[in-house]
Formats: sequence, structure tokens, C-alpha cells
Amino acid sequence: MEQATAAPLKKTPLNARHRASGARMVPFGGWDMPVEYSGIVDEHLAVRTRAGLFDVSHMGEIEIAGKDALTAVQRISSNDASRLQPGQAQYSGLMTPQGTFVDDLLVYRLAAQHFLLVVNAGTIDKDYEYIVREIAPAGDAVAVNASSRYALLAVQGPEAQAVVQSLTAVDLGAIKYYWFAHGEVASVRATISRTGYTGEDGFEIFVPPQSADRVWQAILEAGRAVDLVPCGLGARDTLRLEAGMRLYGSDIDETTTALEADLGWIVGWKKDDFLGAAVLRAQKTAGVERRIVGFEMIDRGIARHGYDAFVDGRKAGVVTSGTQTPFLKKAIGMAYLPVEHTAPGTAFDVDIRGRRTRARVVPMPFYKRPRA
Amino acid sequence: MAYPTGFKYTKDHEWIDLSGERGKVGITDYAQQQLGDVVYVELPDVGAKLKQGQSFGTIESVKAVSELYSPVTGEVVEVNTALKDKPEAVNSDPHGSWMIVVKLTNPGETGSLLDASQYADLTK
Repeated sequence: MEQATAAPLKKTPLNARHRASGARMVPFGGWDMPVEYSGIVDEHLAVRTRAGLFDVSHMGEIEIAGKDALTAVQRISSNDASRLQPGQAQYSGLMTPQGTFVDDLLVYRLAAQHFLLVVNAGTIDKDYEYIVREIAPAGDAVAVNASSRYALLAVQGPEAQAVVQSLTAVDLGAIKYYWFAHGEVASVRATISRTGYTGEDGFEIFVPPQSADRVWQAILEAGRAVDLVPCGLGARDTLRLEAGMRLYGSDIDETTTALEADLGWIVGWKKDDFLGAAVLRAQKTAGVERRIVGFEMIDRGIARHGYDAFVDGRKAGVVTSGTQTPFLKKAIGMAYLPVEHTAPGTAFDVDIRGRRTRARVVPMPFYKRPRA
Repeated sequence: MAYPTGFKYTKDHEWIDLSGERGKVGITDYAQQQLGDVVYVELPDVGAKLKQGQSFGTIESVKAVSELYSPVTGEVVEVNTALKDKPEAVNSDPHGSWMIVVKLTNPGETGSLLDASQYADLTK
């Protein structure tokens, strides 16, 4: 239900471009965003086989700087930021003291004591307030909500490098996965990061908002040779699901711990104290009772977010993501199940609108791109 | 896409192509546009009894699940099982992709349905 008092939707710098291009717009996390351009299936397949362009400017950017910035980031971020060199990024969690997710994020080390955190659109204010409060004891470190200073474009797919390379003097081949470089794209000051949320090779490009449309148009033009298509959030969601990537608010939230989400690899176990450390360490020792799994449907049907999962006829868990994937052409999803039922091959049932429908645990990711 | 003038329409975006006491039922071009890529259609068995406005199945796009509502009261006498394996036909040919054939038991009800121009106005 729409709330009568709902605040007006926020717009990215590309909003007018999306509307003029005939994208279908939907509210997402408080933003007016394109859900699809040519269609989710078409866009999904373009990214898997060629290239796609996404406006992800709704994502939030929070900068932390000061001579104790590393100490501050180490306290609020679950992963170990001391392992990052300037120019490198990592996936991480912003955890509650209970080891559950306030948000998931990317941590970019811009300089020794200067970090950029990229957070989810719907959680920017919550994250920022939490970070400001939690880094206060860390010493000389300031957090700034810099979200309005960045537009963010993602070029994803096997042809992404060729497309972006034609617009920049930066040697993209020298940027490794989860590293970034500064330079110009289409003559616009940019930070080019070899990251993404699709399971494909590609780049996320930070540019000043006032130049976003120019860069967007330049990428579309440069992408014409490989039939690059503009994409919406619909394909972003199906692509990330095939790639086994968690979605905040669906697969992880303030009720799920990093270990239950099978994201122990983003916890810096060797670090000193950090938010959620005590609970996560105890849980690592004792083991979790439930854990996220990937699954595919055996029977016909598509499991969706929120559907109940049953083991031996008893309610045992819940589906957190599910769709019919355009590339693999299978009904897949993620669900939390009791840990003793999480081995690949284990069968369980999903209640699809009153009908018990058979599914089976499979390893994630569902899709892994072929490596050259 | 024009709405066939011989069809009747519901406010829920189904069409019915009436022929005597039977009618073929599908969803409109507007509905398939709103849904996006259709990936799954679940239809009733032959013999199912339906009331006007009652759900007779579900249609799923990549993003969402929607109910299908019967435009009329009656009994399902045919089901287009081909849509199971080719649900994308609903996108490419919405007004040709019938889902079920209903044998009407209360033909008077069809007076409450919209004609093509009324339906076109509704979707403007």
C-alpha cells in the first residue's frame, strides 16, 4: 500500500533520460528507478553475452577520513580493511552488535586513511547515523554522507571492457577484480572500479552527477558496436541471483547473521574488536542452527520471497529470493533452512500459494562466468 | 496494439471471445505489457467450475505473480496446455493466446463486461 504521507520519490541525475527513453519506472528504496528498458529477459541475456549499462546512482556513498579512519572502518565494517591497499575494494557487512546486518556494502580504500563505503539506497540514512555514532570513539575520523556527490553507472558483461576502454585512456586491463583507478571516461573525471552485481566482468564508474548523462550517452554510443543495452533493476536482480549474490532486505537483514548468510568470508576473524564480533565468534565456535542455501525447483513452479519452506512436512524455513532465471532457464532461489538440511541434493518443499512444491538444495553460485 | 472489437473485456484486463455459449479467455495486451516477460502460466483442469470474477489461475513474469480472473460464470471445457511450455506467447500474441474455454452457465452476465472502446479508455 502506498502511504498517503510518503515522501516524494528521489531521482537520480539520469531520471529524465530514463523517462525520455521509455524505461518503465517503479519506486525502489525511496527512489524513482527504471525496472526495465527492453525487458528483463532481453537485458539479462545481453549482460551474459554482450554488455549492459545500469544507472545505480541511487546507491549511497559514505566517506570516512581522518588520521584514525582505518581504526574507524575496522570497527564498523566486518571485513578486514587493513588488507586493502589504496586502489582496492572489498565486500563487507555493517553489523549490529548481534552480528546481523544493518547493511552490506563495498569498502574502497581511496588512500591510507580515506575510505569510501558504497551502501544500499534504502538504508543510506540509517547507515550514516549508525556509522557516525559508532566511529565516535575511534579518534580522529569523520564520516560524510557524500551520496549526492556521486552518480554511479555500471557497465557489465563480457564486452564491458572493450566498451569502456574506447572512452578512457586508463589501461583497464591493468585493473584487477575488486581494484579501481582514477581517470577520465568520456572526458569526465571518473573513478573506475572493476566490480559489479551481475556475476559478469565489468566496471562501476563513479562520476559527478552533473556529468552523468554525458557519460551515459557516451557509453550507449560506444556500446552500439556490441549491441550494449540499457538495463533496469529487474535484470540487476535476476543477474545477481544467478550469481548467488545476497540482496539486502531480502536475503540478509537485521535478523540474519553473517554466518547464517554463509558470508563468513567477509568477517575479519583476525581483527580486534568490531561490531558483532563477540556474537559472530561464539556462533562460529558453536555452529549455526540455520543457514542460507541455493535451491532449484524440482516440480513446476516459481518460489518467491517470503514463501515458507517445509522439511518432512514441517515448516522449517523461508524463501528469501526466487525467480525463473532468464539465462539458466530454471526456477531458482535462496532460502534459510535448518543446518542439517543444507547439504546439496537435500530435497524440501516450498509452499507456493497453498501447494507443496518440491525443491532441491544446490551449490551457489548458480551461474559462474567462463574465465578466459 | 488495437483491442479486437469482437471481444469483451474485464477491468482486471482479461478478454473473452464469445461464440454461442462458449468463450475463449485470455489477458490483454495492456496486461502483458504491465507484467513484462511472462515465464509461467498455471491453469485449471478441464471441468473446473468458475464464478464470474473468481481466480482461475496465475500468471508469473520474472518479477511478479498475478491472478487470472474469470470474466464469466461457467465450466472450463478446454485448457491451452501449450502455454505451459511456451508462456512467452502471452507477450508476443496476447489476443491470440487463449488460456481456457469456458462454457457459460449465466450468459446474462456478459452485459457487465466492457467493449473494446470502453476497455481502451480504461487503460489510457
